[in-house]
Amino acid sequence: MQIEWYIILSIALFCIGVAGALTRRNAIIVFMCIELMLNSVNLLLVAFSKMHLGDAVPIAMSAINAQIFVFFIMIVAAAEVSVGLAIIVMMYRNTKSIDINFLNRLKN
Amino acid sequence: MATTQILFWFLSALAVAGAIGVISCKNPLYGVLWLIIVFFAISGHYVLMNAQFLAIVNIIVYAGAIMVLFTFVVMFIDLNEHPEIPKNIYIKISGLIASLCLMIVLVAALSHSPANKIEMRFGTDVGLIKYLGRTLFNDYVVPFEISSVLFLSAMIGAVIIGKKEKELKA
Repeated sequence: MQIEWYIILSIALFCIGVAGALTRRNAIIVFMCIELMLNSVNLLLVAFSKMHLGDAVPIAMSAINAQIFVFFIMIVAAAEVSVGLAIIVMMYRNTKSIDINFLNRLKN
Repeated sequence: MATTQILFWFLSALAVAGAIGVISCKNPLYGVLWLIIVFFAISGHYVLMNAQFLAIVNIIVYAGAIMVLFTFVVMFIDLNEHPEIPKNIYIKISGLIASLCLMIVLVAALSHSPANKIEMRFGTDVGLIKYLGRTLFNDYVVPFEISSVLFLSAMIGAVIIGKKEKELKA
């Protein structure tokens, strides 16, 4: 399997996430699209960790570092989701809606 | 090798179909279910690439914990009371065009790269828990401990934000 197919798959998932974040107004769906983008980047990092690097770079070390990065991205995403969903619940409690267009009253 | 390619195309089609389902669903609850399908497809990719530890962590953390949180919030919020107001069609089309342009730019940049024909090596066993754990607890101990502080602060922050306003003022 060549690396470019995994790159194209990651690009497709990322761009679908961008499209969802730009076109939807439901805050929960926008948040899920952000999770989708994070996951496409994780997939790309894991794919790069399995790349044949030749003999110049010690393969095991660089590959393990890539997978540790993915692990930390998952940790940060879990923390981010808990705070973000709390913000969405607070927003629903205050405005009785989760439409992100209601948030622009912050600028006044 | 043929089996690997068939599995790759099947999982890729599943992931892309699930992603399109996420952004096109009417009800956020169905979006959550589509997203779970995407996460399982990505975990399948990890297993295919011989990264078992990340596959298991992906299923436990994403498809397990995070999606349960999303489901709780979706059920907590009564959306039938306030349905999504249909958006201006021009904004929708321009968003789609913008993301398509991003995709075209990225694919064009990829096609000029000399390194995109590199064969991947699935057989290397760097994804096993043995090696990952050794690196995590030797070279990355400090970030690992800092992440526990991050979780603590996220937990406290979520509790404080989720509190009722009256309790905050008191």
